[in-house]
Formats: sequence, structure tokens, C-alpha cells
Amino acid sequence: MKSVYCDNNATTRVDKAVVEAMLPFFTEHFGNASSMHAFGAEVGSALKLARQSLQRLIGAEHDHELVFTSGGTEADNTAILSALETQVGRNEIVTTKVEHPAILSLCKHLEETRGVKVHYIGVDSRGRLDVDAFKRALSPRTAIATVMWANNETGTLFPVERLAVLAHEAGALFHTDAVQVVGKIPVDVKNTEIDLLSLSGHKLHGPKGVGALYVRRGVRLRPLVRGGHQERGRRAGTENAPAIVGLGKAADLALLHLNEEQTRVRAMRDRLEHAILRSVDRSLLMGDPDARLPNTSNIAFEFIEGEAILLLLNRAGIAASSGSACTSGSLEPSHVLRAMNVPYTAAHGAIRFSLSRDNEESDVDRVLEAVPGVIANLRSLSPFWQDQKTAAVEFNPTYA
Amino acid sequence: MWEYSEKVKDYFFNPKNSGVLEQANGVGDVGAIACGDALRLMIKVDPVTDIITAARFQTFGCGSAIASSSALTELIIGKTIAEALVINNQDIADFLGGLPPEKMHCSVMGYEALRAAVANYKGEAWVDDHEDGALICKCFGVDEGMIERAVRNNLLTMADQVTNFTKAGGSCGTCAEKLDAVLARVNAALVEEGKLAPEEAFDPMRAPGVRMPKSKVSPLAKPAKPVPAKLTNVQRIRLIEESLEELRPVFRRDGGDCELVDVEDDRVFVRFSGACLGCQLESVTLQGVQERLMEKLGQPLRVIPVQAHTH
Repeated sequence: MKSVYCDNNATTRVDKAVVEAMLPFFTEHFGNASSMHAFGAEVGSALKLARQSLQRLIGAEHDHELVFTSGGTEADNTAILSALETQVGRNEIVTTKVEHPAILSLCKHLEETRGVKVHYIGVDSRGRLDVDAFKRALSPRTAIATVMWANNETGTLFPVERLAVLAHEAGALFHTDAVQVVGKIPVDVKNTEIDLLSLSGHKLHGPKGVGALYVRRGVRLRPLVRGGHQERGRRAGTENAPAIVGLGKAADLALLHLNEEQTRVRAMRDRLEHAILRSVDRSLLMGDPDARLPNTSNIAFEFIEGEAILLLLNRAGIAASSGSACTSGSLEPSHVLRAMNVPYTAAHGAIRFSLSRDNEESDVDRVLEAVPGVIANLRSLSPFWQDQKTAAVEFNPTYA
Repeated sequence: MWEYSEKVKDYFFNPKNSGVLEQANGVGDVGAIACGDALRLMIKVDPVTDIITAARFQTFGCGSAIASSSALTELIIGKTIAEALVINNQDIADFLGGLPPEKMHCSVMGYEALRAAVANYKGEAWVDDHEDGALICKCFGVDEGMIERAVRNNLLTMADQVTNFTKAGGSCGTCAEKLDAVLARVNAALVEEGKLAPEEAFDPMRAPGVRMPKSKVSPLAKPAKPVPAKLTNVQRIRLIEESLEELRPVFRRDGGDCELVDVEDDRVFVRFSGACLGCQLESVTLQGVQERLMEKLGQPLRVIPVQAHTH
């Protein structure tokens, strides 16, 4: 039986057309773009085309506002470290408690090693940012504010356009980790005040190991990787031409399919979500139902643990993920669910289903066939499930 | 993805002896939902022969927790109490063809549940030794006794191993020093007893890397302005009631509650109910409540839990 892949926020299948576009750049067009001969020139022009494809996808005004990197993490690191250098006299960062580790680990490191002050802004039980607290944390000491456009675990969208304006009022730069939104919802940076934006190839059916940092014209950037003059001196190292060409092709395809994400993918997600919430007792939707990525559904099942759910789903041929402690090797539930104050009875049993244009309605059917049985199976093993029927558990979910 | 042995997968996908044992005469509950895993072991012991004739489990937890629980029941059925108590967590792991290092705490949970169930059968009180500083890891409710048993049974010599086996130190990390101290003490004893080579024993001075506490803020302890002493009893009770009211959302969130029963001098009697009852974190909660009350009243006091309907 064919496996059903519902973990597209982790990574996506590389589109066949992307692979085809990449292949010639290994053996035929293998030149170094910096070289002064035909081999180099043909690669140079391919890189330019890829840059323009990305420019169209995110609505950048100029193609040179895009700097290719090794992925989203490098782009995030570059943006923050650069801001601390260029924003002279400013030594604070404003971010959120629910960022990806690409931001949070770096911020912790900067706190410990460089005495940078970091403000971690909280979210409410639906994962919505406390914008007032964000505003209060901004000051003339803020070098950069960095807020993800969409949360990878719950899909909750943050009002980054508004946050960018607020950051600018305080004289700070604004960066957004947009790896989960690019290719899923329309992005048009030129009509926002966003200064820096990170994106990643493998989240949009492109190859792994490539991404980009959008740097608005006029924003100074200090390179993270120093060496040659590639990327206008903003990111040294011979360009990963096959991957960049692949990212360009993936961007073209993403633009083409953008409407499909908003319609067909969203409809599948909604059907999956509604059916699970309806058929499984004490299942809760995690995240903001009113402002979410169209492909993501995070559902917590009370009184059972996420890794066990994933193992049983995997046996049924279904791939999903969880913020559960046990899957990550950490011992605590996901920092995102903790920030949302999700009750302990549910926090360990949250499962993320993330779809893409590769999914079909039959995939949703398969998930819906498997989930209720898996949950019932594990609950029959759980001491808390039995207890909660007899004991009065004072927990009334406010949304489901 | 964890590399689970075939036997772990088998015991997870087709667990043996799961569910409620109606005729159980010994029940051991360990772990807590807040901590991410919990196990209820139910045993039926023949009072004449002391043989465990039946055992069943209910487990909230990951694949290896469920497999370890099931393996434990298989290991103890047919054994006498004395024979069963010889089984330690390594036997459970071996029975399953090994566990990933990060999952060894699942086998330790089984070992602890067995001891709790036997104590319950014998009518002994199985009290996690949480009094007066014996609780080492507040995040996961791990006491010194449990750490010592894990270190002894498995000859652990590194702090990271202790975390893998007991979860202690796996969250905020503020207990790193205490944990190191227990490890050093038990290792020294093991060397003394000839069970551990001196050069293998844990030495805090040459421990690789320094473990940094991740956060020092207890979720229950919020700064509040100290109130000058010299309060009337009525004022004190009012302040205590107010503080408990402020903390109530925290209890409610986890499905429990806490009410004030009585105040005598510096002793405050409270009653926990709902999910707070019997939670391994109860002592942590108590400490949090105590800290909060002391802040509010600006004087030392002791919070004492009372059983339902006894006070």
C-alpha cells in the first residue's frame, strides 16, 4: 500500500521538474560562475534567472535583494548577526517564544556569550502574538525584531506587516522567518516594511541545502560567511549552482500552484481536520483557526502520547509529526505548545498533519480511516483515559 | 526516528497484559501526565505462596514506555515477590533486546512501578522520598532515592546518563549541581564497595563541559511586593486566600484545585483535589505555593497538605 505523506512542513518531495532542471548543472553546465569563460558565463546567467524567479515569488523590487544561502537557518543567522553589527549602539533583540530553533538557539547563545538582551514575546492559547507586549519591548536599544511569518507547528500566522511598521517606529530592523509561508500563501515584500526575510528550498518542493535571505535595498548586510566576492560580497563561497537552479524552478512552480494551496489543499486540510475533531472525543485544535496556513492542522489528543501515535500511524502507512517530547529526544513537550499554555493532558498528544499539492483526497481518506482506531487503541492502554471517565477533570477546552 | 529493536516494536504493537486487573491486590502508580509518561502496574499475588499469579499494566507514554511496561509484566508473572524484586531496569531493557540510551528511563519507570506495587501489596506506604530537599529534579519529580537506585543498578558514571535513565536534569537544568553531588556520592560508595573502578567514578572536577541552567524561574513563583509583618490572623487568612485564588488558574489548567483548610501559627493547611492529588509534582506545587505565600505575607511559613475529609 502506498505511503501517505502528511509531513510537508518538515520537508517536501522535490518536484520532478526541479530535478530535471538541476541535472544539467552537475555534468554539463558545471562551470564556476565567477570564471571568465563560457563555462562560467552559462552558470552565471542561470543563477540570475533563478534569482528572478525568487524575486517574482516573494514580490521583491530588485533581484539583487536576494542572497542565496545554504538554507533557512543560515539566512536567519545571517540576518540577526548582521543587524547586531550594523545597528550601532543597539544591543537588544525582540522575538517570540515560539520561533524555530534557528532563531531561538542563536538568541540564547547571544544572551550567554555576548550579553545581548533578548525579549521573548508570548502568545495566547491560540498561538496569537501579544502585539502589545511586542510594542512595549521595542525601544531605542532594539537592533532587530524577528518574528516568524507562520509557526511551523501550528501554522498560526503572525501579523508581520504590522509588526514591521512597529519595529521601524522604534528604529529597529525587522526580519521574518518565512520558510513556512513562501509558496503557501501570497507574499509581496515590496508592499511591506519587512527588511529581511528567510526562505528555504526544501519547504517548497525544491532541494535541501539551499535557501535565500531577502535583504531590502538600502539595508546594510554584514556577511556571515567571509571569503570570495560571491553574492555581491554578502555570502562567500562558490555558488551551489544546481541547488540554486532547482530553487529557481521550485519558485516558478510554487507561483503557478499558489492558488491551488489556497483552494484544493485548504479544502483537503479542512476535511481532514473537521472529520477528526468530529469523530475523536477529546481532540483539540491547536493554533488560530482564523489565521493559519492552508496546509497545516495540529490536533492534540488528550491522555495519550505523541510518539506512540506516530508509531502506530507509521505502521498504517501514514507519516505525520508531533512536538512530543519523546520524538525529539528532549524530555518536554514542544516549546510552542508550552508557550500556548496547552494543558498537560493534551500537550504530549499533539500531532501535526501538514499537506501539500502532492496530496490527494484519497490520502485524507486513509488518514481518517486510521486515526480513530489508533487513538482508541492507545487510550485503552492509558491509565488517565480510564480515570478521566470517573474522576471530575476540570478542563473545558475553549475551542475545538 | 528511534532505532527500536524488533522486540520493542512487537511489545508496543501487540502489548501483552495490558488493561485493568480486576482482582489486583497490589497497585503501583509512577510518573505523571505532566511529565509525559506514567505507568500503573497491577499485580495479583497469592498470599500463601507469595507468587505473582497475574499482572497487568496501563501506560501513558511513548512506544518504549508501553513496551517496557508490557515486558515487565511478562518478567514478573509466575515469580515470587522476592524473585521479582531482583529484577531491575536493565533486565527489562535486555528482555526487549535493548533500548536507545535516551529511552532507558522507560525501563526505570517499570522498575520503580514494580517496587511501588509490591509495597502496596505489603501494605507499606510507597512514598517518594520528597521531603526536605530529597527531591532533586523538580521538573520531573525525581528524588534522590530513585537516582541512587538507577546509578547503582546501572553503574552510571556520567550526569547525562542519569538524565537518560531517570529524566532528572532533562528540563530546566537547575538541579545539575545537586545531581552531580548525588552521582559523586553514590559513585564513591560504589568504589568503596569494590563495584566500580576508581578511575571510572564520576569526578565533578573533570566533568566534560559545564552544564548551564536553562532557566531559574519557577512557573509558580512570581515576584510580589513583600508585605510588612505584624498582620492580624484575619489579614493573614485573607492574604492567603487571595494568593491561592491567583494560583487557581494554574491548578485548573492541569485539572486540579487547592483550597485553604486551616491556619495555625506559621502552618498553613491546604487540600489538593482533582489531578493535583497523587501527582508526582505535588511536592513541587506545594513548594511553589509556599514560596508565593511567603512572598505575599513577608514571613516564613510552612504549607502542609491534608488528606481529603480528615482535617
